[in-house]
Amino acid sequence: MEKFEPEIVAFCCHYCAYTAADMAGSKRISYPPNVKIIRVPCTGKVDAIHIMKALEKGADGVYVAGCLEGDCHFKNGNIRARYRVEHVQKYLEELGWETERVAMINMSAGMGEFFARTALEFTRKIKQLGPSPIKSINIDKNQKAVSG
Amino acid sequence: MITAEQKPLKEIIEYISPYDRILLVGCNECVTVCAAGGRKEVGLLASALNLHFLKQGRTIDIKEITLERQCDPEYVEELISEIDRADAILSMACGCGVQTIVERYKEKPVFPAVNTKFMGASESQGIWAERCRGCGDCLLGITGGICPVARCSKQLLNGPCGGTSNGMCEIAPDVECAWCLIWERLKALEMEKRYEEIMEAKDWRPAGGGGPRKIIREDLSL
Repeated sequence: MEKFEPEIVAFCCHYCAYTAADMAGSKRISYPPNVKIIRVPCTGKVDAIHIMKALEKGADGVYVAGCLEGDCHFKNGNIRARYRVEHVQKYLEELGWETERVAMINMSAGMGEFFARTALEFTRKIKQLGPSPIKSINIDKNQKAVSG
Repeated sequence: MITAEQKPLKEIIEYISPYDRILLVGCNECVTVCAAGGRKEVGLLASALNLHFLKQGRTIDIKEITLERQCDPEYVEELISEIDRADAILSMACGCGVQTIVERYKEKPVFPAVNTKFMGASESQGIWAERCRGCGDCLLGITGGICPVARCSKQLLNGPCGGTSNGMCEIAPDVECAWCLIWERLKALEMEKRYEEIMEAKDWRPAGGGGPRKIIREDLSL
């Protein structure tokens, strides 16, 4: 478990979080490489199915990073994204998964430090939660196969 | 349209747990519009079920397919190429769709993944409200276009009961009194006299009181 390095998918809005990530880079602020960024034109483009598929394919955590509320380039895409994240969290709750594996985060394009800090904090949180339940089972199975 | 809501995942999982190969069938009609059982919801449910079974260390084969209309035998026939590879069918259509599949593929267990709710209209994005009970003898022509059968909590036919208060029904503060709506509408249309006419006791046989209903159109039969 100590060696556990989570795989985290971050759906980042082109107009804010992605630019914030860029700014973090320009300022030479490092953030954990566990976070894999997927740039989207607006977080309103991120559907529940994208988050679910990421989890299904083995992501240990997923977050959607959109503009500050009220500042969406497309008026309310980030609000829609928040609803969808909450929808997925309800699904996860029903399935007995930790809802904290999925999150909605808001930031502006100028918040490079915040982007890096968020990435770090989310990675820490997922490390505390441990691998995705899907992975835990597979790891157990492999260990049994090796020891058996 | 017919509205529906997805069943709790726990119930769906209980239905399909004994099987390894599931055919998950959506419908492109009403349940797509009310976001309960269209192509997108089929994908989401398949994903959720996969998460559940993978967590248990079990892999089940879920084949996703969304038919144009599940309540028509012609479209249900399209499942024929997939049916042999499935141990059970999970339908995301309304009760009509589920039963059309049952009638066609009698040898397979078929389970519903949604609860069919009512015939409703969309009030705004994400909100659907009951508008018709399918009583078989439409009264809208004499009630100003507002249905007391579907929208009055007591299905009263001759004005409101004592539970009406400031235009709202006593059952909940956000439910409008159908008879207040009817009266306001008749007034706006200057058709108040209609309100004075006493409606006789309704014949509920066309509403289903005479058993399951059927429409037979010989001119359309092949």
